[in-house]
Order: sequence, then structure tokens, then C-alpha cells
Amino acid sequence: MTARRLLTAVVFVVPVAFFAVFFAVPAVTLVTTGLRGGGAWELGEVGDVLGSASTRRVAWFTLWQAAVSTAATVALALPAAWIIGRVHMPGRALFSAVMVVPFVLPTVVVGTAFLAVLGADGPVRTVGSSFGLDIDLRQSATAVIIAHVFFNYAVVARTVGAAWLAVDPVTEEAARTLGASRWRAFRDVTLPQVRPALAGAAAIVFLFTFTSFGVVKILGGPRVATIEVEIHRVTTQLLDLRTAAVLSLLQLAAVIAALALYRRAGRRRGIGRLRAGRSVLRRAVGWERAVVAGTLLSSGLLLGVPIATLAWRSIDTAGGPGLGYYRALDTVGRGTVAFVPPTEAIRNSLVFGFAAATTALVVGGLAALGIHRLGGRARGFADSSLMLPLGTSAVTVGLGFLIALDEPPLDLRTSPVLIPAAQAIIAIPFVIRTMLPAMEAIPSRLREAASSLGASPWRVWTSIDARLLRRPALVAYGFAFAISLGEFGATVFIARADAPTVPVAIFRALSQPGALNIGQAMALSTILLTMTTIVMVVVDRVGDARVGGF
Amino acid sequence: MPGSVASSGRLAVQGVAKVFDGTTVLDGVDLEVDDGATVSLLGPSGSGKSTLLRIVAGLERPDAGSVSIDDTEMTARPAHERGVGVVFQDQALFPHLDVAGNVAYGLRMQRVDRSERRRRASATLEAVGLPGYETRDPATLSGGEAQRVALARALAPEPRVVLLDEPLAALDQLLRERLLLELRSIFDSLGVTVVAVTHDPTEAAALGERVAVLLGGRIAQVGAPGEVLARPASADVAGLVGHRNVAEGVVADGAVRTPWGKLPVGEHPDGPVSVLLQPDQVVSSTSGSLSGAVTGLIFRGGSAFAVVEGDDWPALDVRADPAWRVGDRVSLAVEPDAVHLMGTEAS
Repeated sequence: MTARRLLTAVVFVVPVAFFAVFFAVPAVTLVTTGLRGGGAWELGEVGDVLGSASTRRVAWFTLWQAAVSTAATVALALPAAWIIGRVHMPGRALFSAVMVVPFVLPTVVVGTAFLAVLGADGPVRTVGSSFGLDIDLRQSATAVIIAHVFFNYAVVARTVGAAWLAVDPVTEEAARTLGASRWRAFRDVTLPQVRPALAGAAAIVFLFTFTSFGVVKILGGPRVATIEVEIHRVTTQLLDLRTAAVLSLLQLAAVIAALALYRRAGRRRGIGRLRAGRSVLRRAVGWERAVVAGTLLSSGLLLGVPIATLAWRSIDTAGGPGLGYYRALDTVGRGTVAFVPPTEAIRNSLVFGFAAATTALVVGGLAALGIHRLGGRARGFADSSLMLPLGTSAVTVGLGFLIALDEPPLDLRTSPVLIPAAQAIIAIPFVIRTMLPAMEAIPSRLREAASSLGASPWRVWTSIDARLLRRPALVAYGFAFAISLGEFGATVFIARADAPTVPVAIFRALSQPGALNIGQAMALSTILLTMTTIVMVVVDRVGDARVGGF
Repeated sequence: MPGSVASSGRLAVQGVAKVFDGTTVLDGVDLEVDDGATVSLLGPSGSGKSTLLRIVAGLERPDAGSVSIDDTEMTARPAHERGVGVVFQDQALFPHLDVAGNVAYGLRMQRVDRSERRRRASATLEAVGLPGYETRDPATLSGGEAQRVALARALAPEPRVVLLDEPLAALDQLLRERLLLELRSIFDSLGVTVVAVTHDPTEAAALGERVAVLLGGRIAQVGAPGEVLARPASADVAGLVGHRNVAEGVVADGAVRTPWGKLPVGEHPDGPVSVLLQPDQVVSSTSGSLSGAVTGLIFRGGSAFAVVEGDDWPALDVRADPAWRVGDRVSLAVEPDAVHLMGTEAS
């Protein structure tokens, strides 16, 4: 074994050990629990679970709501993609930046915000009743789908918009000079160049909505439940780990299929190639102005109303606007279900966030470094293995932790490492996806130049690689921190009653009656929204800033 | 440091061979560069000249052969222990350091203290014609400025040998010619040993005191620029430096039989040869034996060259008569000095 290979192996030690304990063990336990509940391999019972009426109903709902959510998101976000890719207008960059906010919001916050919008005193019912309509979307599939569109709007608009921006309009102009109408030229020339990005974005949205948990848990109801929600229900209400495990495997199979489709779509991406420095943006004219105005108005309402309503409800106390709900957060008041003051939850979230982000950066950074050093077949294998958690839903991770790590030799039930570890597992793929391209973007010429100037391999690493990776590492850390702050699907399984995170505290408050509970949920959601936004703004700043120096 | 390079070195490459994926890139290269000399390494793309450069720098290991500097064996030494400076084709400036930080990097590796680093970085920048550029961000430099910073960075640690990989390839024509002459005078004033790789014969001739031609993984010819350009050692070298009046011929009885007729050659052993006719020695003549039509005219300043398509002989590049127009019928005479004989590839 050469020194180089030895070093690569050493780099992999920590990620492999971490994945073995916190991913492989739970995954294997999940499979064995599902397939041989009583001790023997009983595939017949698996069939019973899969064939039961309730499983079929849940699976069918999961599938169709994901399909409808995806179609609705694509339809509504396409005009926005066109604006990003083609229209010159003041505030275009701001438009593109602001629409990302919902996507980075914790699912629980999105759910709570739409609860506020669609609830008894919400703006939808108020506006509806002024027209003599009674619009009650509570616990409806429609509510879930609208929230999904809100959540995923930017995925389609920004991905497709970027692809559209990269299509040289000269190709479309060439088609026009060859006799194609404007519509034909778009269909024959521009659309095929944008289609891979569109297919990729749609696949991602489908994946997100198929595995949606927090939003559906809060906005749905008995007949409006995805597989994820059902897993949580049978685990916590029926204590039926067997069924939960089988459902997890069904979920996993579906997700892997969707991911495979996504990879196929992704492989053909990047067809459009624009010559550098050429601007494709031009002012909207004629009917295009109506499209722009309509898109800005509808996206403004879709993105703005839920957030504004949430913020308003958090200060809309019985005695008029005030900070009563916020003040009550540091007490275990009567009429609330919290075992601990909600401010405790904020502290927990921050502590877990730092621990999870640090773990994710160390493990994910080392994993990326290892993958970067590998070549050929081994590289592809390592890459896909370490990305596996991306295809595993958060609920599956949580359930796996719950059933795998609660007995010797790995009895971590009461250990404070459990939650950061679960959140790190979920954040690691994002860290790898940030760090690996950054590592690959460093030209090997820079290292050669440094070594020809007298830098030893170690000094090449510290003075070139480490310096150039500082900013991507900060961005990855911020992302991991934001993911941890908002993480709900896994955390809700393993959070102890006396140590909730903010999303778990919101969920608990919402599941109890009483104005104070609801108000506190709104206040906590507003706080979480603010925390997440601050983290993302910092990440954005760091990502853009140039670092100079002698 | 300008003007005071204490340590230039004599570079010797012996029998260097390198195979990539079953393709022989270098096939036993021998090259010697004297202390303080400047040699251009000329070769077509894919001739392995960049690989040879990387082997000398220690960025690549040869499969066979050795590299030594001042009689010190270097072949097994890693790049950072060689003291060989490299100017990369794409400059490879460190984007996270300013210009002074880039230039001082090698000094930092030598643990030169900070104020001395600053002083020497500034002095080197001045030597390459960029005084006051210390705090500039590399991203804001023009192509020519970036190339000078890359050169300053390679020179600052006072390497024994400096290697340049296509140093002017990234620049536009006008800038290239100006920088070409400047580079030469910088090398001369510093007295540093230089190997510059290029695929352009004009560049090779202007940059190097000597030109080494790398063809098919071997050094095909080494000589003064005028020698290599005017008297190439083989038909392949002739083609590489831009000659087109090349054909196969056979020497017998003091004359060579060519597609352009039988031409006198003086003392030469009989047998097959490659023949080159110098374009400026093929002239318009009413008594000329070669008749053909002018198909193209190329002006360079006041003088002109023409392509003449023969009635029953291959086209020739010739010195044009000022009165010629495209389409004119002309007759040509080959002056005795025009003929340059070269060994055939087979021999």
C-alpha cells in the first residue's frame, strides 16, 4: 500500500465508523425488524402489511398528492423561471433571492403558517366569507398541496430559470430566420434545452413531496396522511414497530426509484451553453408585461401571505396585539403542555444545532476529502454510499435510531449524542455536495505551482487547499446548522419529553387545544423562521464575499 | 535580487523516457542546458514537450533516464526539493493571495522573514515591469500582467532553473511580441538558466539562445535559432518550422533529382535524401526552367512571397516579383544556394 493510499484510508476511518454506527446499524435493524418480526423470516406477514386496505390507501394518497403537488408547482413556477431566465427588470435579483425563503424554512413552520392562513380566523376564510363562501380547507389534501407549492416554488423557478438563462437566444433567433413561428421556435429550440433542468427539478419536487412529513403531519388529518405520517402514527400510537418498519422499506424502495429517475434526468443536463458575457435579458413588452405582473402578484401572495399571517398571529393575543405569547415562552404555564419552558427548546435547538453542524462538517468534510482522493470504481461506490441518507427519509432515520440504538451494546436512548447524530446523518449529504465540488474546483496546477515553489505536500494542503476550502466549509456549516434547526422527522422520534427542540415544541403545542398553546406555537414558529433566515443570510453573505490578503 | 541571481545551474537530461497508457510520449531524451543559458524546446502539440518539462520540474516521474542539476542527481527528488521554478501556461496564480502574496509564496516556503519577503517581492515585481502591483487581486490582472506575475513568482525564490510552459500562448499577438523581447532581456540580465516550451518556431527563435526540437519523443535537432530554421535536420523538422518546399530526392553524380528538376549539390554521397528549397533562393527568371501560375501572394511589410502552382511539379513558396498578380504565369529559377539536403526519415 502506497503512502497515498494509506492516507486516503485513514481519511475514511471517521466517516465509515460514523456511518456504520448511525446509518448501517439502524438500517439493518429496520430491515430485520420488518422482515422477521417474530424471529423467523416471515415474508407472508410483510405481504399482509403491504396488502392491507390502510396501507394501500396511504400509499395511494402519498403518490397522488406528490404528483399533483409537483404538477401544480411546475405550472405556477414556470412563469417565474421565464422571468429569471429572460426578463430584464428592476428587482429581478431580489425576486430570485426572496423566493428561496420558503424552501429553507423548517417544515413545521410552513405547516404552522398555513394553519394560520387556512384556520378559523385566517385570511382565506375571512376573504371567502365576505364573498359569501365558506372555504374550509382544514385537514384537506388541498391545504397540503398548496403548502407544498409554497415550499417548492423556488426549486422549479430557480433551477429552470438558471437553465433558461444559459440558453443562447441566438439559437431561437436562428430558428425564427428559418421560418419558425415564435411558438414553434420556443417549442423546437428553447424547450428541449430547458427540459433536462425541468425534469430534474420536477423529480426533486416529487421526491420532497412524496416524503413530506412535517407539513402533512400538521395540516393533514386522519384521511390525509403520507407514508411518513403513517409510520409515525403506527409507531407512537399503536406501538407497532413491525408495520412501521415494513412501511419504511416501502418508502425506501419508492425513494430509490425516484432518485434513479432523477439521476437519469440529471445526466443530460447542461445542454444550453451561453457564450460568456452575453446578456440574454430584455425588457418585457406587450402581453409579456401582463405575465410579469401576474407572476409577481401571485408569487407575492403565495409567499408573503403565510409568513405575514404567521407573524401576525404570534402577536394577536386575546387582549389585542402584544408580546404575550412570547413572554409566556419562558414559563411552564397552566394550560400549556410543555414539561419545560419553550425557551428551553430554543436553547436545546441551538446546542444540538452546533453539535450536529460540527459533526456533519467533520464527518462530511472527511468523506468528501476521501472521495476526492479516490479514483475510478471505488470513487463511484463511496460517493453513492455516503449519499444514501439523501434517499432515506428523515422519519426512516428517526425510526431506525429508535429501534436500533435502544439496547445494548448500543444503548444510546438517553444519550445526548442521539439527536445531533441523527441530524448530522441528514445534513452530511448536503455537506458533501458543497465540499466535494469545491475540492474539485481547485485546479491541480495550483498545487503543482506551490510544490515547484518549495511547498511540501502538507504545506500545499494547508496553504492552498485549506485556504480555498474555508469559505465552502463555512457555507456547509451554515447549511448543516439550518437543517438541524428545522429538523423534525427524525428528531420527533428520539427527542426526550424533557428536552424538545423548537420544531418538536411547536408540534406538541399545536396538538393541544387552547389559545395559549396555539399562540405559543405561532410565536415559536416566528422565532424559528427568524433564526433560520438569519443563518441563511449569513451563509449567503459568506458565500459571496471575497477574501483577500497577503 | 534583480541582476543578482547567485545560483543558476547546469541542467542535464539523460535518456528520459515516459509511457502513458501504452503510448510512448518520451523515448530517450537527452538535453543539456548550460549554466545561465536559455533554451527553447520546440515541438508540435502532443510531442511530449510539456511532459519533459514536468519531469524536469519533478511533477512527473520518468519511466527511465535521469535529470540532474549541477551534477546533482534529481530524478527521485520531489518537486518541492528541487529549486526549479515553473511558469505555467495558464499562470495558476493563487486566487486567495494578492500579487505580493503570490510572488512571496516561494520565499515563505524558505522561511524568509516577513519584511525581507516584502522587499524581495517588490524588487522582483519591479524587475518584471510591474512596480506597485503588490496589493492587486490576481483576478483583476490582464493576461499580460498575470503572465508577468507568474514569472515573478517563479523567479523570486531564486531557482537554479526556470521552466516556462507555452509562456505566451494565452496572450494576443501584439502583446506576445512585446513580451517575447522583454522576457529575453529579463533572462539575460538575471543570468538564470531557462527552458521555455513552445510550439511556435518564431517564438522559439526569439526566446532561446538555442532551440531544441522535440519530435516523436526524441530530440531531433539542437542548434542556434537561425541554424534550426534555415537548415533543419530532417523533413519533419523542416515541416515543423514552416517549410513547405520539401520533397524526396536522390543524389547521384553531384546532383540531386527532385520533382523540380535536377539540381547541383556539390560534394555529397549518393543515395536517397530529403530536399528543401529555401523560398528566398527561388526567384523569377525569364530563362527559368520551371513554369507555373501564381495562386497566392503573402505580403510581410514591403517584401512578398508567392505560392506558385507548377504545370508538372509540386507547388513552391518563392520570393515574389513586385509586379506579380494572382493568376499570372511566371517562370522560376532555382539558385544553387537554395538546395538544402537532409537525411531521410528511414535512414
